[in-house]
Amino acid sequence: MHPIRRKRLTIILFLLAGLAIAVGLTTYALRQNINLFYDPTQIAAGEAPRDARIRAGGMVKQGSVVRSEQDLTVEFQVTDFVSSVTVRYTGILPDLFDEGQGVVALGRLQSDGVFVADQVLAKHDENYMPPEVSDALEKAEAASARVPPMNQ
Amino acid sequence: MYPELGQFTLILSLLLASLLAVVPLVGAITGRDSLQAFARPLAAGMFVFVALAFAVLTHSFLVDDFSVAYVANNSNSLLPWYYKFSAVWGGHEGSLLLWILMLAGWTLAVAVFSRRLPTVMVSQVLSVMGMVSVGFLLFILVTSNPFDRLLPNIPADGADLNPLLQDFGLIVHPPMLYMGYVGFSVAFAFAIAALINGRLDAAWARWSRPWTTVAWSFLSVGIALGSWWAYYELGWGGWWFWDPVENASLLPWLAGTALMHSLAVTEKRGVFKSWTVLLAIVTFALSLLGTFLVRSGVLTSVHAFASDPTRGAFLLGLLAFTIVSSLTLYAFRAPVVHTRVRYGSLSREIFLLLNNVLLVSSMLLVLVGTLYPLVLDYMGGGRLSIGEPFYNTTFSPIAIAVGLLLGAGIFSRWKKTDGGWLGRRLLWPAAISLIVTAVVMLGLGGFTPWAFAGVLTATWVAVATLADLWDKSSSRHGRWHGLRRQSRSYYGMVLGHLGMAMTMAGATVVSNYGVERDVRMSPGETAELGDLRFTFSEVGERQGPNFVAQYGRFDITRDGKLVATLYPEKRQYRVQRNVMTEAGIDAGLTRDLFVALGERVGDNAWAVRIQYKPLIRWLWLGSLFMAFGGFLAIADRRYRIRERSAGKVPADSGKLEGDVVEAVS
Repeated sequence: MHPIRRKRLTIILFLLAGLAIAVGLTTYALRQNINLFYDPTQIAAGEAPRDARIRAGGMVKQGSVVRSEQDLTVEFQVTDFVSSVTVRYTGILPDLFDEGQGVVALGRLQSDGVFVADQVLAKHDENYMPPEVSDALEKAEAASARVPPMNQ
Repeated sequence: MYPELGQFTLILSLLLASLLAVVPLVGAITGRDSLQAFARPLAAGMFVFVALAFAVLTHSFLVDDFSVAYVANNSNSLLPWYYKFSAVWGGHEGSLLLWILMLAGWTLAVAVFSRRLPTVMVSQVLSVMGMVSVGFLLFILVTSNPFDRLLPNIPADGADLNPLLQDFGLIVHPPMLYMGYVGFSVAFAFAIAALINGRLDAAWARWSRPWTTVAWSFLSVGIALGSWWAYYELGWGGWWFWDPVENASLLPWLAGTALMHSLAVTEKRGVFKSWTVLLAIVTFALSLLGTFLVRSGVLTSVHAFASDPTRGAFLLGLLAFTIVSSLTLYAFRAPVVHTRVRYGSLSREIFLLLNNVLLVSSMLLVLVGTLYPLVLDYMGGGRLSIGEPFYNTTFSPIAIAVGLLLGAGIFSRWKKTDGGWLGRRLLWPAAISLIVTAVVMLGLGGFTPWAFAGVLTATWVAVATLADLWDKSSSRHGRWHGLRRQSRSYYGMVLGHLGMAMTMAGATVVSNYGVERDVRMSPGETAELGDLRFTFSEVGERQGPNFVAQYGRFDITRDGKLVATLYPEKRQYRVQRNVMTEAGIDAGLTRDLFVALGERVGDNAWAVRIQYKPLIRWLWLGSLFMAFGGFLAIADRRYRIRERSAGKVPADSGKLEGDVVEAVS
């Protein structure tokens, strides 16, 4: 083979090898680290998987925050005003966490229906709402608006 | 009255930018010097009017003109003056204006520091900069006018700056970051100009190099400042979260790092030209992508302001237009370039090629992780997020590979390197690195494969860099003479690589050996962290200019001896009623002690986070070293000497000039 062509081939092979490694690593890592979002209604309906790390979000229900006397465990209800899910978390909550505010929690759904979070995210300023939460609220609102006609 | 003036000057600068985008380019294509002569004055004019607009907005902030909507939304009369100043870029509109100011500044810098360049090149480069400016000036005027008024219902006071942003880090972080982002537009403009000319030669690479290096240095500082700010203000002691917005700044940095290295090959050896020009386009496209991600509101992040969809659409259009048009140009012009230079399969060229492959692969990884959730959501595939483990498992091996190759590549020669010689050359550095790493592992107590790999790589990079300096500086006239004989750009490289080693060492050690505990504590109680004893001695209250703070006093002792006293705070800002955590940090070169007050969990009890962070400062110090290396490299005498020698050649014979300059080096 012509030396220049051989060089080009080497370069292309290098690039392909790099790309292959990148793609391999990516798909491998992606498979384990994708966290899907579920709103409280979906969780209540049993749509959320119990063996995977997922994200759940909504508004923190007024008066639902209960703290432990011994350690940093806290329980609260996250709601989309149709359904609620109990979230249990041990650790420090973000500064902007409060009742009536939007939150997103990462963790696993236990078999007793309690969502055990290892991370809780709150919005960063008062105008800002996580898009997932505002979507979930809109969806819930639309669903509850549709309910009365069905009852009549 | 003033705000209208600001808007007017922005419109004027749009007009000047439009002229700049067209007139010099037409002059360059038709060969009319009279038209090309407009390039520099237009660039200067554009800068002056953008700067005036920026000054007007700053003035509105400083005098609390709440009739301006943007000021009313992002400031307050209680805000200290320096935060009123930094609030100028605390929101969407103002940060965009800062972006444009930087762009105009870079354009002006090109106009000023390009006296030695051929007129055609200058005209084309400035025209491309003008086109980018038109895009962004249109964007700000159409969708995000910072001078919009709230008339006649002027609010009595402003809504205040987000307390998270009331911090020294925010005063300096965005300008540095934007200097970097926008600075890559110069490398982009040079690439486009070279493509238009069909002249991708060593001279082009040499002209682009210092601009790329400066932009990269600013971006390094900007990212480091962002990480530092997140550490003490936002992150509860974390320093990198693989947040999409952080990734948005890392993407152009990775591509820019690759670009810097491939430019070196193109300048010295005249190869990889097509690749280099493509990288220049990609790097700037990634800067634009970053701007889009951050400013369009598609992301969940501190940086994402609540915003309307037209902005996102406009930016996406701008991004698409830039990418499509420059890649089209690339497709038509790049194959024109031929290379006859040869190099062996073990040579510095190949090492730098591998460096590029790895850096671009890591960039693609981060890109996939960042965009995949967005694309999937857009296509209705549901909302998902990609967690930190994804990046940690994929990015770390590549970073280690880059470091290991770097150590070997430093010793390699251009054209051809003898494998046996290189192997022997690497023997001692490898042995020293292994010994140092083993000692460090013993000292830190506890071996993990990742920690070992990270520390080994960092040591390897540092030892190899210093060994190369030792080799190069041996001289008949003594070591000192040899050291002084090395060029500034060589020292720039040494510093850059040592900085990288420091950052890697810091990142590895703090991730693997940092200790963190969340505890429930009441005043009088103590908590242990290793051999350190944290005593929560009291709670107090103090008044700030626009907040009330409750603070805790923590005495940290080791074997009964006081190490540090920290006062973490919980601040409540008066206007937005937001509660903010202000961590207490005892910073040190070898370790940080970190205490943050969480929420009050009982009558007298608080959630408290205590942390021991070894070597965390090295992360940011390393980045500063890298940036300083970049600045040192462009201060190299050869740029000036070459320019002087090139200046003797008639300005329009660029091709000849390139050859002359090569001869000089």
